[in-house]
Amino acid sequence: MAPVTEKKAAVTVHDPMLPRVARVRKRQRDLADVWTLNLEMEDGELLKFAPGQFNMLTVFGVGEVPISISGDPAEDGGGLVHTIRAVGTASGALTRLGLGAAVGVRGPFGTSWPVEEAKGNDVVILAGGLGLAPLRPMIYSVLANRRHYGRVALLYGARSPEEILFRSELEQWRRRLDIELQVTVDHAETDWYGSVGVVTTLVPRATFDPHNTVAVVCGPEIMMRFGTAALRKAGVPDQSMYLSMERSMKCAVGLCGHCQLGSAFVCRDGPVFRSDQLGSLMTVKEL
Amino acid sequence: MNIDRARITQMITLEISGLQALLDALAKRGYRVIGPKLRDQAIAYDDISSVRDLPAGWTDEQEGGHYRVTRRSDDALFGYAVGPHSWKRFLYPPIQQLWRARHKGSAVSVTPVPPSAERFAFFGVRACELHAIEIQDRVFMNGELADPHYKARRENAFVVAVNCGTAGGTCFCVSMNTGPGVKRGFDIALTELVEGGAHRFVVEAGSDKGREVLAALPQHAAKPEEIKAAEAVVAKTASSMGRAMKADDVREVLMRNLDNPRWDHVAERCMTCGNCTMVCPTCFCMTVEDSSDLEGLETSRSRRWDSCFTMDHSYVHGGSVRGSAKARYRQWLTHKLATWVDQFGTSGCVGCGRCITWCPVGIDITEEVAAIRNSESR
Ligand SMILES: Cc1cc2nc3c(=O)[nH]c(=O)nc-3n(C[C@H](O)[C@H](O)[C@H](O)COP(=O)(O)OP(=O)(O)OC[C@H]3O[C@@H](n4cnc5c(N)ncnc54)[C@H](O)[C@@H]3O)c2cc1C
Ligand code: SF4
Ligand code: SF4
Ligand code: FES
Repeated sequence: MAPVTEKKAAVTVHDPMLPRVARVRKRQRDLADVWTLNLEMEDGELLKFAPGQFNMLTVFGVGEVPISISGDPAEDGGGLVHTIRAVGTASGALTRLGLGAAVGVRGPFGTSWPVEEAKGNDVVILAGGLGLAPLRPMIYSVLANRRHYGRVALLYGARSPEEILFRSELEQWRRRLDIELQVTVDHAETDWYGSVGVVTTLVPRATFDPHNTVAVVCGPEIMMRFGTAALRKAGVPDQSMYLSMERSMKCAVGLCGHCQLGSAFVCRDGPVFRSDQLGSLMTVKEL
Repeated sequence: MNIDRARITQMITLEISGLQALLDALAKRGYRVIGPKLRDQAIAYDDISSVRDLPAGWTDEQEGGHYRVTRRSDDALFGYAVGPHSWKRFLYPPIQQLWRARHKGSAVSVTPVPPSAERFAFFGVRACELHAIEIQDRVFMNGELADPHYKARRENAFVVAVNCGTAGGTCFCVSMNTGPGVKRGFDIALTELVEGGAHRFVVEAGSDKGREVLAALPQHAAKPEEIKAAEAVVAKTASSMGRAMKADDVREVLMRNLDNPRWDHVAERCMTCGNCTMVCPTCFCMTVEDSSDLEGLETSRSRRWDSCFTMDHSYVHGGSVRGSAKARYRQWLTHKLATWVDQFGTSGCVGCGRCITWCPVGIDITEEVAAIRNSESR
């Protein structure tokens, strides 16, 4: 499968498996088990990246995991901002690192969101749970060049009100008149006044012209499956939908074999794929 | 008799003593010579220095889930097919440390483990194995992201190939168009002739390096009847393949049968032990492991061979993508014969038969493909 979206930023390291040392400069707790880390390269490199790309982050002596870049591509160091959920050994260790702690960084890797292709179109951004983090650089880019895009809808679903990520930024975006923001939660207690229901229910409610729309979808695989189905039903063709796949990754450079999805290496040919290019890979079970 | 360099574009003949001289010449040039050796009831690849290290007079019996070495009626040195080892373990060792990091106070310095300077001479590389190496070249030497460890070992290696004189019971290189005769990718190629008490090798150089080594060996120009006999050896082997597989459209057949019930049938037998991936000369999956000394002053990362048959291979938080044996066998077979073509422009299978022989329950790649193919015409 051919790489889908925009040009990849050049990989600057020569031994592709060798991490470079960065330091934790800022850490912020977003949710009970989610932290955003701002890193800084010891060699001062700012790590240019394209929205949707990811880095491989190492906690020395523990392990290495792929983590999407969640920073602002227009900001220095935006390529070293990561939002991490502590789910296991390495991700947990990353979230426990103190200020100044060393982190190994390889990257950025992978394909990116269709920031350029989307210009001149309406944009639907469909995010589930932590899937908002890999989409945030795309949101920053679209908002920074707002006049190049048609209507912009950000549809976000979280499990519960407590699980809503980037709350203060969502509030800022809600106040803008040039973006339609809808948030829903799967379950809520009585003090939640917003919508309840899965994120796909937001699709029919959003305003966009399905024939001139670019949709980007990120979240758990099942959510992406239902999300693309809802968009398809609304009339958005698969050629205009993009999604970011998660697979096991041990190298990020097409050598370890772990991330295979059909003939694609998700690390290299993805993680961002155009929906029509994934085709049956999304429907065959356990592929 | 030493002959001058210009004339060695032609085939030459070596006696056993000439073969020994070849081994000596490689050692003298600083190569670590690896070749077939009888070890633990199998023909394995190991350090050799003498013609006497080679498994003279031995052959192998191979069938699904079955391997046994037995005596031949002659003293052939290469009278068997491939064993459990492949050259992969030398070009791409099962475990390779990638880097070490030293931690001093808060300072961290990461140092790559330099690529090995080892210069291997592989002695007795079969046609299918040459193709397997070529396939791994495409995997590991892919331009800007080339693997420095593989690249160094590969570029330093000297290859002495051997045309197969005996097809194994599970071989199907003819179907995969990878053997039994070697065509390219060698420095020197041998064909063994054992008949009527004479024991000779018809030899051809495939590179300048090969020509240079051959020039100094005791030899005579190959006689027309010797060249003819060498050709007959390959032809006879080609006509006695243990297995066959219709390979031209196998990619399409598999990709349109991802839901074929045959996958359930094979999953009932497959123990997901991963043997097939370990013995396969093209399988390249690896995983990484980090370690740390007790004080955390030094940490390191190593890679080691991995298999798509483990649960770990496709594990993402929450579970394995390919949890069932069916999904894992399907991944292996479709990768080998179908998606590999999309990824690397070549099949991932060279028809060496190892996966059939070393499968404890004798699952046969050729039989599985045939079953899926036949289910279509029913
Ligand atoms: C492209 C991409 C982008 C990503 N972006 C983000 C992001 O922005 N933020 C984020 O939080 N996450 C992100 N992830 C997910 C993140 O990489 C994983 O959560 C992380 O790898 C988990 O690693 P861990 O060591 O913490 O978890 P663990 O579950 O401890 O370890 C995972 C590894 O351990 C092994 N393992 C552990 N348990 C088992 C088991 N029961 N069975 C088999 N094997 C097991 C496997 O080898 C597995 O690969 C992304 C993933 C990808 C592929
Ligand atoms: S799949 Fe089997 S027959 Fe094909 S190259 Fe690998 S081990 Fe040999
Ligand atoms: S096919 Fe055979 S060798 Fe391969 S994993 Fe299954 S049982 Fe093991
Ligand atoms: S992560 Fe290793 S091949 Fe993609």
